[in-house]
Amino acid sequence: MIAEAGLAALWLAAALSLLGLFLSVVHVRGKLDADRAVRSLAIVQGVLCLLAFAMLLVAFANTDLSVALVAENSHSAKPLIYKIAGAWGNHEGSMLLWVTVLGLSGTALAAFSRQLPSRTLIAALGAQAALALGFHAFLLFASNPFARLDPPAPQGRGLNPLLQDPGLAFHPPTLYLGYVGLSVAFSLAVGAMLAGDVDRKLARAMRPWVLGAWIFLTLGITAGSYWAYYELGWGGWWFWDPVENASLMPWLASTALLHSVAVLAARNALKAWTMMLAVIAFSMSMVGTFLVRSGILTSVHAFAVDPTRGAFILILLGLYVTAAFLLFAVRAATLREGAPFDPVSREAAIVVNNLLLTVILGIVFIGTLYPLMAEAVSGEKISVGAPYFNAVAGPLAILLGILLAVGPLLSWRQEKRPVLRKLALPALFAATALVIAFLALPQATVLAKLGLALAAGLIPAAVLPLIGRNPLRTPLAVWGMAIAHLGAGVAVAGMAADSAFTVEKLTASRPGETVSVGPWLVRFESVAPVAGPNWTAVEAELRASRGGGVQILRPQSRFFTSPPTETNEAAIKTLLNGQLYTVLGQADAEGRWQLRLWWKPLVTLIWFGGVLVGLGGLLAFVGHARRAWRRRALI
Amino acid sequence: MSRAFRLLPIILLVWVLLAFAWRLIQPPDPTVRSQLVNREVPQFVLQPLVDGVPGLTSADLATGEPRLLNLFGSWCVPCIGEAPVLEDLQRRGVKIDGIAIRDTASGVSAFLRRHGNPYARVGSDPNSNVQLALGSAGVPETFVVDGKGVIRRQYVGPISSSDVSKIIVELKELR
Repeated sequence: MIAEAGLAALWLAAALSLLGLFLSVVHVRGKLDADRAVRSLAIVQGVLCLLAFAMLLVAFANTDLSVALVAENSHSAKPLIYKIAGAWGNHEGSMLLWVTVLGLSGTALAAFSRQLPSRTLIAALGAQAALALGFHAFLLFASNPFARLDPPAPQGRGLNPLLQDPGLAFHPPTLYLGYVGLSVAFSLAVGAMLAGDVDRKLARAMRPWVLGAWIFLTLGITAGSYWAYYELGWGGWWFWDPVENASLMPWLASTALLHSVAVLAARNALKAWTMMLAVIAFSMSMVGTFLVRSGILTSVHAFAVDPTRGAFILILLGLYVTAAFLLFAVRAATLREGAPFDPVSREAAIVVNNLLLTVILGIVFIGTLYPLMAEAVSGEKISVGAPYFNAVAGPLAILLGILLAVGPLLSWRQEKRPVLRKLALPALFAATALVIAFLALPQATVLAKLGLALAAGLIPAAVLPLIGRNPLRTPLAVWGMAIAHLGAGVAVAGMAADSAFTVEKLTASRPGETVSVGPWLVRFESVAPVAGPNWTAVEAELRASRGGGVQILRPQSRFFTSPPTETNEAAIKTLLNGQLYTVLGQADAEGRWQLRLWWKPLVTLIWFGGVLVGLGGLLAFVGHARRAWRRRALI
Repeated sequence: MSRAFRLLPIILLVWVLLAFAWRLIQPPDPTVRSQLVNREVPQFVLQPLVDGVPGLTSADLATGEPRLLNLFGSWCVPCIGEAPVLEDLQRRGVKIDGIAIRDTASGVSAFLRRHGNPYARVGSDPNSNVQLALGSAGVPETFVVDGKGVIRRQYVGPISSSDVSKIIVELKELR
């Protein structure tokens, strides 16, 4: 019954989005006032999606093995949290989550964006309904999550053990909230271009969506990076894998959009550019979804591959993005550019920021798709990895970092004050760090040295906009900006420190032997078998000492029973000044075990910085929401 | 804001969409082609390991007659499964040379006694040096080598009885 109820809710939601699309077209053409009907339809449609998703959660929580998806991906012996997380740890469930977030975004747009002109809002809701309709069709015709299995399976087929991890419970939903939140920016841009109303009001309505989606993307990428770091046991935090790039590209586009929408809101400038970025940002989300779901690129994230599904998403992607770009091509010329600005002004800094971010986006896009293009042209197989991305995007990211120190100090329209003087101290820090890095770290890469210098300058420069202001009267949005920029500096410090200072040791040792890694002496005490709910493992005990304190680490080599799989559980000891990262590998015939040890000074700053960036975004979000609320209360 | 600027995104988009569609129609082939195919076997001299079976040098692979070069180990379980297939090939007149990877004399002679000896020569590669030079990552692997000592094909993993006729045809064509 549960599965049928879910399926019925999905069909009904699809029908309502079709009706919503029809009515919004009628309304925008001025034939009929369907304002209230379109809004109500959008709200009910979102709630129905939520209902369908809840039904799927129930089926997973009860391990209902007569539902094909549950039988494929779950197991009665799994802990409850992973049963529930299993609902979106597979293709159909994750697409249902995608559609649910899309529907709920429509709900929120219909319920809260009242300050927009009716024609713009209804056109945007129509665009949102068109998006929903396509993805509903995809769910219902190509990936039905509620398909029954007759007869029911005697037992489920488990879940990839790598995915039995708290990270999985939060990482995909967070990223999806980000991906799909950008759909509203897309719909608003399409709606505004259709209605011909691209102005500050639109920017104010769009900003919370961009900001919200961007916060989730930031946190999702940060969490995903940490998950790969501790779960894969490779000691790296970013692999330039196609699926990672698929999440980075919407982030880069939405970071650019976030800044240009601020210019539009404050100064009524950069109209066409902002519309373009809004279209690109969501297009990148769809490209990401396509890359991940069609499996056309080889990746460590090996999801189920099905060419029909890929073709379906490709058609949707082509349809939506082509339509939006065509609309842009037709309407961009009619958008009159707003207030002019000087080459030295905050607008100009943001334009350069946007250009740099867009170029980096292009670099990542080309690098991700180049293997595909090259094979299409020459039939040659190649792979593009870290050397390309670091060498090409790295220097631009450094430039972006320098700009990030200067931009927030400039005033709107025209800068007449000598602001560069304020940057003397941060510049001194950066220069000192650069000299020290070149003298003391001959083995570090140039990029790492530049990164260390940049971080040394950026961290103090990021808080400069707060200096000399009354902390209580400073708007939350300014606090948010400063904290997000500070977070970027902190993350750069972590990345550069990881690259410059990490020490790695790979040994084959017997219990009782001692290995040194960086400042640590690690004694390999013993190996012993241990067992968990659905796995058994060999666990090593390592006693790491450095001067006085002793740390105990217990890395495991785990064997899962269903399906039979072997994974390495790294043991990581986090200290204030870094992480000790240990992995236990295989034993050889002579009783020696492979041990992989890393001492990674300051590496945690990467994710701490990411969280700070997200927190800054959240403060700005609250600040803008509060101001909008007050303004409405005044009217 | 020229027309070119406005149309550029669409042109790029169409190009990307076409590439995506092409890839969907032609799914990627996950097999990794050996970089050594159509190259000469690297120079090596490997000592004999078992009494009565001579050692192997790269010159032995360029005698004018196409042959198979099989990398195996007495400690390797899939190699046991592959042994009867190699024997079958040898009975049909295929010349096979072996390289024992990280192995001992007693291990290899016991392996050949128990599972049969299809090899004309067996060289010992105690530290995997030749294996790595051949671009091989594991055992068993089998190379098809033509009469001039040039590698023509690499089979990764055990060859099965369904490969036999294909290999015989392949060797006949190289003659």
